[in-house]
Amino acid sequence: MSLSTSGANPLRDPRDRRLPRIAGPSGLVIFGVTGDLSRKKLMPAVYDLANRGLLPPGFSLVGFARRDWENEDFAQVVHEAVKEHARTPFREEVWQQLAEGFRFVPGEFSDDEAFEKLRETVDELDKARGTGGNFAFYLSVPPKFFPSVVQQLKKHGLSSGPGDSWRRAVIEKPFGHDLTSAQELNQVVHEVFRPSDVFRIDHYLGKETVQNILALRFANTMFEPLWNRSYVDHVQITMAEDIGIGGRAGYYDGIGAARDVIQNHLLQLLALTAMEEPSSFDATALVTEKLKALKAVKLPRELGKHTVRGQYAHGWQGGEEVLGYLEEEGIDPNSKTDTYAAIKLEIDNRRWAGVPFYLRAGKRLGRRVTEIAVVFQRAPHSPFDTTDTQELGENALVIRVQPDEGITIRFGSKVPGTSMEIRDVTMDFAYGESFTESSPEAYERLLLDVLLGDANLFPRHQEVEESWRILDPVEAYWDQHGKPEQYTAGTWGPKAADEMLARDGRSWRRP
Amino acid sequence: MNIDLTDTTSSQVNAALVQARRAAGIPAVGMVLTLVIVTDEGNHYDALKAASEASKEHPSRILVVIKRPGRSPRERKMARLDAEVRIAGESGTGETVLLRLHGELAGHAQSVVLPLLLPDAPVVLWWPDDAPEHPSEDLLGRLAARRITDAQATEDPVATLALRARTYTPGDTDLAWTRITPWRSVLAAALDQKHSAITSAVVEGEAYNPSGELLALWLAERLRVPVQRQVSEGPGLTAVRLETADGTICLDRANGSLAELAMPGQPDRHVALQRRDKSELIAEELRRLDPDEMYASAVKFGVSRLGKGISGPAEQPAARAGAGTGGGSGGAAASGSRGKPGGGARPEPAHKAAGAPARTAGGAGDAGTGGAVGKAAS
Repeated sequence: MSLSTSGANPLRDPRDRRLPRIAGPSGLVIFGVTGDLSRKKLMPAVYDLANRGLLPPGFSLVGFARRDWENEDFAQVVHEAVKEHARTPFREEVWQQLAEGFRFVPGEFSDDEAFEKLRETVDELDKARGTGGNFAFYLSVPPKFFPSVVQQLKKHGLSSGPGDSWRRAVIEKPFGHDLTSAQELNQVVHEVFRPSDVFRIDHYLGKETVQNILALRFANTMFEPLWNRSYVDHVQITMAEDIGIGGRAGYYDGIGAARDVIQNHLLQLLALTAMEEPSSFDATALVTEKLKALKAVKLPRELGKHTVRGQYAHGWQGGEEVLGYLEEEGIDPNSKTDTYAAIKLEIDNRRWAGVPFYLRAGKRLGRRVTEIAVVFQRAPHSPFDTTDTQELGENALVIRVQPDEGITIRFGSKVPGTSMEIRDVTMDFAYGESFTESSPEAYERLLLDVLLGDANLFPRHQEVEESWRILDPVEAYWDQHGKPEQYTAGTWGPKAADEMLARDGRSWRRP
Repeated sequence: MNIDLTDTTSSQVNAALVQARRAAGIPAVGMVLTLVIVTDEGNHYDALKAASEASKEHPSRILVVIKRPGRSPRERKMARLDAEVRIAGESGTGETVLLRLHGELAGHAQSVVLPLLLPDAPVVLWWPDDAPEHPSEDLLGRLAARRITDAQATEDPVATLALRARTYTPGDTDLAWTRITPWRSVLAAALDQKHSAITSAVVEGEAYNPSGELLALWLAERLRVPVQRQVSEGPGLTAVRLETADGTICLDRANGSLAELAMPGQPDRHVALQRRDKSELIAEELRRLDPDEMYASAVKFGVSRLGKGISGPAEQPAARAGAGTGGGSGGAAASGSRGKPGGGARPEPAHKAAGAPARTAGGAGDAGTGGAVGKAAS
């Protein structure tokens, strides 16, 4: 009849699926709390989680930044951010409960006193709020500050908690700018935190549609048999933005589209699309399969012919006149930074040999869209006349990652009438139509996973390093050869990109 | 877009649905389930409102079955189907059909509903007020994979729970159970932390609230300790106290929205525990359509103990739960050996009992009333 203190929780049962996973007692410390990301994504995500009842009672949020604020000022800032950006309706009692746990520590990263104060704050929260020594440190700061922040955490005894409590580090991209710098960064962080306690945020992986790739492939029977070189002609992965670099000149110049998004988001999408079935749905099994896929990725021999980069030029986009990249404020007029990048990759394994994966990413393109298009081969033989099937394209399965999340299947159908005429039609599944009107934001899911210690949706350092291994030769080649081609803002990229596919007898989808 | 059809048939309703969908320009059907609401003229508005709200999360075809058997013999003999088709717009994301079944047809609702179910998609049946005694054997209930009842809406909620336990079939669920999910999650999260062995528990809440009984039954079933049910002024549930060797783990919600969690050796903390409205409950119900085994074991746990542990050892967990019940609404059960719990008999004594629920120390050895519950249940 008695209950052991260490035994399993009797109120939990795997069959009880109404009970949400609530994180254990814990707190979150955000460095760089005054930044955009923190205000637009992190704070609202914390509130939304609380509103959905997924945060533990006593959850505490500590802000650390170079501002002369009191706790109340900080609470005010969070309040405004939540009111403006939260997904779920504002409820006073949720706010009250949450706001009791807000603390602010002013200071610089080199400031020993500030970190001493941070430690006192953490200890105080353990006593006053029962956070149990469990804290996640979110480094929402430029990577150049990572070394000093993690060293300070170590120095002031913040990197490990009392007893069996946990301390975790959360870092945002960029994870370095090439293989060497990524390794250095990993080394710096791993010196202080164990690799399993470091969570790298790739917010794409928190998106429902991206998680759905796995469901689509491995929970169904009708797609997987076609998911290989026998049926797939090629795969196109596109991430297009309609905005320019905005105020990010300082960050963006010298980085470029390939490092900014291909290295992380697009290669992750590629890994999820191409990988074999994991033995289970846990972090280790997933990493194993994704790593296998990434390791099998091979660059084309002639990089000049199969990679393209571009820079947006002055033009009109969606009815608005916009500046070219070189005219943007803070950009060196001789900059060779790519705002558009397209790369052809092959995956050397039995499933994918000979099937090219075309990756493209860019700014100031036609519209904002991210999608994975699996384009199938044409039927090997057609009983219909060529005139009948003139308007028939290739079958395709398109996973729309954002916006308008969903899946489209494209296939031929007879046009009603007396003649046999076949034309492309689409079958569409829209997330918004079949499921909740607002699915959780990626950051909600990811923050919760950090607090729960669930690493499924976070790229591990091996994946990061492997991705740089793929991209580094391309960047090196670009560095040595020529400069980006200009493309008019508001179009679908430079001509060279079209030529690159035309060389293979293919063309880009218009997303 | 609304289409009214009088003296019609299911196939005409189907045609109207297609026509309305074409006219609205939404040919793609993203609906994930058919929700059938069985109700009467007086209650259908509220139920439909909640369901439409929920259909924003679960786009569905909502069929509202309104039975109008008629008052006079002449009306009862005549059979007629009137339908009202509503597409998208104000009624949410899916389609809604109000079906008014006149006269003899009221007894053959399944013949109207069957042709209108979405192909392949699961069917959920919801009785917002009066549910059949045996939901899974009801002619309409048989069509459904999931049958939602609401014990709170019945005359004698506690006796209804006993009935639900007896007729439980996988796929049954009750909104009284849905209402306590937030409580259960906070309690489960509290016990995720270190605590010493729990020796007994108390669930405190207003009378006539079967959620209190269900929460007590769940705790008794999971923790295997005596659980008492005490009556308070409400609103809804007001507190759960788990006794441990080190002190009391107490989750206390006095005002219906903000609760306080107290654990031995830890600071008191606030938890938002909002009482939810019906649309949120229905949305939660529709999230999973597989049998709810936890509900089954909780509700069934109670019934067997209610029958046996009448005046037996007071430490019998469910007997205590039952006894506690007695403190509040046991009077209702004691009012007579009614064949149909929740049925026609007017439970006057119950109202009297409820009239003075002022913090009745429920389960204070009230084995007598507890026993009455047992009788009513058996």
